[in-house]
Amino acid sequence: MAYCSARLRTRQTYLWVGRPSLDQKLHYQTYKEMSLKREGYSTEIHIQVGQFVLIEGDDNENPYVAKLVELFEDDSEPYSKKRARVQRFIRFCEVPVCKQHLLGRKPDTQEIFWYDNPACNSNISVETIIGCVRVVALAPDEVIPIDLKNEKTFFVKLSWNEKKFKPLPPEVFAQLNKLQEDNHRYQKSTEAKTKSTESPSWTTTEHAVKRIESRHSTSKSRHTASHPVTPRARKRLELSSFPRTPNTRISQATSCASLDSPGRMKRKVAFSEIMSPSKRSLPDGSQTLSPALKAPEKTGEIQHSCTKDAKKTSPDHGMILRTRVPALKTTETSEERTLTPTRGGRKSSVAPSVILKPEYIERREGKEPEVQDEATSISRIRRKSSLLTLNRIRQQLRFLGNSKSDQSDEEFLPAAEISDCDSEEEEASTTPLSRRTPNSMSRNLRSSMKSSLQTPSKTPKKTPEPRTPRDATPRIRSRNLAAQEPTNMLEEARLRLHVSAVPESLPCREQEFQDIYNFVESKLLDRTGGCMYISGVPGTGKTATVHEVMRCLQQAAQDSDVPPFQYIEVNGMKLTEPHQVYVQILQKLTGKRATANHAAKLLAKRFCTQGSSQETTVLLVDELDLLWTQKQDVMYNLFDWPTHKEARLVVLTIANTMDLPERIMMNRVSSRLGLTRMSFQPYTHSQLQQILMSRLRHVKAFEDDTIQLVARKVAALSGDARRCLDICRRATEICEFSCQKPDSPGLVTTAHLLEAIDEMFSSSYITAIKNSSVLEQSFLRAILAEFRRSGLEEATLQQVYVQHVALCRMEGLPYPTMSETMAVCSRLGACRLLLVEPSRNDVLLRVRLNVSQDDVLYALKEE
Amino acid sequence: MCFISYRNSLTLWSSQVFCFPDGIDNVLFIIVSSVAFPKEIKVQRILRERFCHQSPHDNLFEVQVQYKHLIELLKRTAIHGESNSVLIIGPRGSGKTMLINHALKELMEVEGMSENVLQVHLNGLLQINDKIALKEITRQLNLENVVGDKVFGSFAENLSFLLEALKKGDRTSSCPVIFILDEFDLFAHHKNQTLLYNLLDISQSAQTPVAIIGLTCRLDILELLEKRVKSRFSHRQIHLMNSFSFAQYLKIFKEQLSLPSVFPEKIFAKKWNESVQDLSEERSVREVLQKHFNVSKNLRSLHMLLMLALNRVTPSHPFITAADLMEANQLCSMDSKGNIVHGLSVLEICLIIAMKHLNDIYEEEPFNFQMVYNEFQKFVQRKAHSVYNFEKPVVMKAFEHLQQLELIRPMERTSVNAQREYQLMKLLLDNTQIMNALQKYPNCPTDVRQWATSSLSWL
Repeated sequence: MAYCSARLRTRQTYLWVGRPSLDQKLHYQTYKEMSLKREGYSTEIHIQVGQFVLIEGDDNENPYVAKLVELFEDDSEPYSKKRARVQRFIRFCEVPVCKQHLLGRKPDTQEIFWYDNPACNSNISVETIIGCVRVVALAPDEVIPIDLKNEKTFFVKLSWNEKKFKPLPPEVFAQLNKLQEDNHRYQKSTEAKTKSTESPSWTTTEHAVKRIESRHSTSKSRHTASHPVTPRARKRLELSSFPRTPNTRISQATSCASLDSPGRMKRKVAFSEIMSPSKRSLPDGSQTLSPALKAPEKTGEIQHSCTKDAKKTSPDHGMILRTRVPALKTTETSEERTLTPTRGGRKSSVAPSVILKPEYIERREGKEPEVQDEATSISRIRRKSSLLTLNRIRQQLRFLGNSKSDQSDEEFLPAAEISDCDSEEEEASTTPLSRRTPNSMSRNLRSSMKSSLQTPSKTPKKTPEPRTPRDATPRIRSRNLAAQEPTNMLEEARLRLHVSAVPESLPCREQEFQDIYNFVESKLLDRTGGCMYISGVPGTGKTATVHEVMRCLQQAAQDSDVPPFQYIEVNGMKLTEPHQVYVQILQKLTGKRATANHAAKLLAKRFCTQGSSQETTVLLVDELDLLWTQKQDVMYNLFDWPTHKEARLVVLTIANTMDLPERIMMNRVSSRLGLTRMSFQPYTHSQLQQILMSRLRHVKAFEDDTIQLVARKVAALSGDARRCLDICRRATEICEFSCQKPDSPGLVTTAHLLEAIDEMFSSSYITAIKNSSVLEQSFLRAILAEFRRSGLEEATLQQVYVQHVALCRMEGLPYPTMSETMAVCSRLGACRLLLVEPSRNDVLLRVRLNVSQDDVLYALKEE
Repeated sequence: MCFISYRNSLTLWSSQVFCFPDGIDNVLFIIVSSVAFPKEIKVQRILRERFCHQSPHDNLFEVQVQYKHLIELLKRTAIHGESNSVLIIGPRGSGKTMLINHALKELMEVEGMSENVLQVHLNGLLQINDKIALKEITRQLNLENVVGDKVFGSFAENLSFLLEALKKGDRTSSCPVIFILDEFDLFAHHKNQTLLYNLLDISQSAQTPVAIIGLTCRLDILELLEKRVKSRFSHRQIHLMNSFSFAQYLKIFKEQLSLPSVFPEKIFAKKWNESVQDLSEERSVREVLQKHFNVSKNLRSLHMLLMLALNRVTPSHPFITAADLMEANQLCSMDSKGNIVHGLSVLEICLIIAMKHLNDIYEEEPFNFQMVYNEFQKFVQRKAHSVYNFEKPVVMKAFEHLQQLELIRPMERTSVNAQREYQLMKLLLDNTQIMNALQKYPNCPTDVRQWATSSLSWL
């Protein structure tokens, strides 16, 4: 696994192996094999056409899996001429969140799907290949063999074509199985071979092995533990008997060319293990990558050295002898470790504790001595937990037992699993990440796989603790009493008139609907991205129209009329802060949670890097103006992503003001927004009438003219459809109110509607003045008088007070004291008939009217 | 002298302190818990509770129409699951909170309703920003149970959590939530009006049924809302305007003062109620009430008046009389600054008169100590026989005392190095206030009084 980590630290060189064969038609050269070499390391990984590879993806933890179909050199590509054609597999987590439920079961952690999508980008740069991997095809109803569940093996059961999960097509299944069969055959023969050669070689190399083991048991155990995880480990063993396997041409190109002297080789290995634990990956790699030397004259030597090599790690052999499970095609890491305890008393405490992770090994190196000291105590603790896990695994095996035929395997396997779990547990106790005690195998496997793919050089990424609020699905508790259904016509009408009621169609917005639909559809069909800006005053159906468009498009995608796409919606008003938009988008896109900065990075990576095979994303940003920041980086990013070729992002933005791009956006932002704009005009009275009519189609609750009246009134005021619906709803209430017989209320008349309109739109200032007390009214008069005297629209309380006293004297009212006048003033100020300064200014506070003088006069005259 | 006038103003304040009788009653209760209460104390207890607690058990006055509107709306939310939003607007003391409390009480009395409706009470004075408000909402909805015992996350997490919770519901299956936002106008000052937008958006979309009820005293509340928030508000407004006449006011007065029929001592209750009836027919009482009504129509000020009168009830003085009410009215309408002037020394009065003259001469321009001192000196030189010629530092001390009483106020903030003699000041008393106070001022020298009426009187 070191390659993964090393990849990020060092440069890798990719070389073709073998002679090119020229493709006549396409004018490029194809190759059968490539080699991958890391700078500073002497080993190479050879990958052949037909093998499964890991490809660099969005996140380091889950690289893409694919089958190598072709290797070729393409001069037309500007950046990397070395190209590869692959057939992709898709992980469950890469399936769009909204479609994951289609699987109908919980996927296995190691399960992947044959990605059956001709549209997906199969032409990749060779440089994105990380390494090879093992993929096993299974029948859809087959249970995944538990002992195969190591982290470098994936299982294919179904194929995914963006719409549904299907069983693998027979030819694909056969093809995959063939590859497997090959593997299996080789392994069989390996076993046979090793069996035959074991005992003599053991005796000869015993001494050396013993020496190494006893002196450097920790490093030794690390060594043994770390390589079998990969398929390469198995391949090395295969090679020891069959050096020329056509399938795995893994070479051991050790820098010291002394392959012919096994003794030196051994010494060197031992040396490197002792002296340079920090360079673990080097000897590890050099050993695991077994030779694939094609030179026939060296074969014998290689064979010799390899068998020696294999002897040295003789536990492997013993294990292989025991694991004769037909269903199993690989050797298991853990199994190997179970054997080590039987060898030396001292090793038993350390060896099982070793984990397959480079990350862990590196950490271990620092505290090796302590670990050794603690080893005994740990082993004691472990025994208890191992008993627990043993039981658990027994149960699981009993469940899986029907798929197993060999009895001896069952006897062996639990032990193997135990040690595996043990080590996992110990790891959990030693790692700083406070993981919970592993209670399920799958979690262990997943976590170990994750960390194995992580870069050990970095500090281990903190796997986010599953926090309850994130997983919890909050909801308001459900009601006890059933909601009453409408009983009469008016209630029915009220239900339909509620703004929340979703109409069957959106009348009067056909043109806008068509425009938006065409825009998004064309982007979907062209597999490009783009932006659109939609403006209009509130209540003109912007969001509703876009929702409708999306509903129709999703329908069309279901019917395969347009390519499938992912639809995401964010609202600027539902964010606490503009940058939170990244968090929301990422969460809705992938289901992941991250901080705003991290989410921005992930999204930028997703939308801006090449080679990502995604479906188109349609993003609706409502209330765009709320995303304004000083640097405008949020808006910039939103409009910049669609311009990338690979992003396939369609951004629809909605805001209230038409000139928003000119008014608040910087040039570089508004330029990216483009010129695709649409403005929703306020509804005219006939449109409003049509809307009301369509909602009340089958309900006769209104008199004929009333709807026209309300439509005209609202159109004159604002053209807000919400107002229109609210007025009508209120009118039905007034009608029900005023009606004497509750069971058969009449129709809503014009009078009811006018009352509703009056209630909602009439200014309350005049009623407020009319209903205020005598002193308050005379204070208002005094203000008017003072304004007239001074000719200003502002006066201090003291000036008004003088007028007020005079006025009261004239009208025969009792003399108002200053305190009373002050109280009156603050009361009027509280309900905003007056605008007053804070009262700490005392008599010097300035007073202004918040109503026009005419209104005050009118209200006061009425009496 | 000073002390007396202070006590006067203190009585005014202490009477307001009396508005919170819980503590006092508790003390009384502890002292005489074994002894039977005198009936007067019982009366006081009942009435004080009525005046101070806006208990929804009392009658509603003159707001039946508004009440019907509100209760129907709440019922539609609770029973039909229809989302609504409404604003209750009215000046302070017009009974907004009482109205909603009444309506909620009636709603909860419907069978099975109390488990069927969730209430969230927010107050703009307490929930001063959206973050606090969200936490409070989550707490009151008991959604922490979902969260577990975890301490709340960030503001953004909270918001999306709550929105998701409310989004999950639908009209027919979710429990309706009634949001009561007291001091609604203060929520409009929150950043971006995020909370209001989201609440009103829920009320306009097919999510959990909610009723948003805002209480505010500002008539211009709709202008405070952003246009997209405003568009989502249903524009229903219930106005409470104290729109009653004096006859109704008188009726309210009687109802508020009469004892309930459940009062244990029937004979006394009957007597009490008769006396209240007599009181309401007395002319002087009507005059007092009319005056009070002219000043302020809200019921809180009436309660204030009645409370002051009620405090005079003792075993030896068992019933409220017209005199009690008149005295209470006097206390209510008293000019607090005039009272302070009563307690000033002659020197300080002289300084105030000097300032008054300066104001007259210079037309409200600010003055400084030196100017006041010169004016005072002019007066003293002419009429030296009636007023001592005080040293300048003494006069300065008196001047500073006036500033401490906030009868004069510096124009700018006092800086350390500025000379106090030349700091510009303004008088916070009106001429009529000064003259009225002077008339009541005990033992005022005649010269001073003359000087006050005319600045040229010494000539």
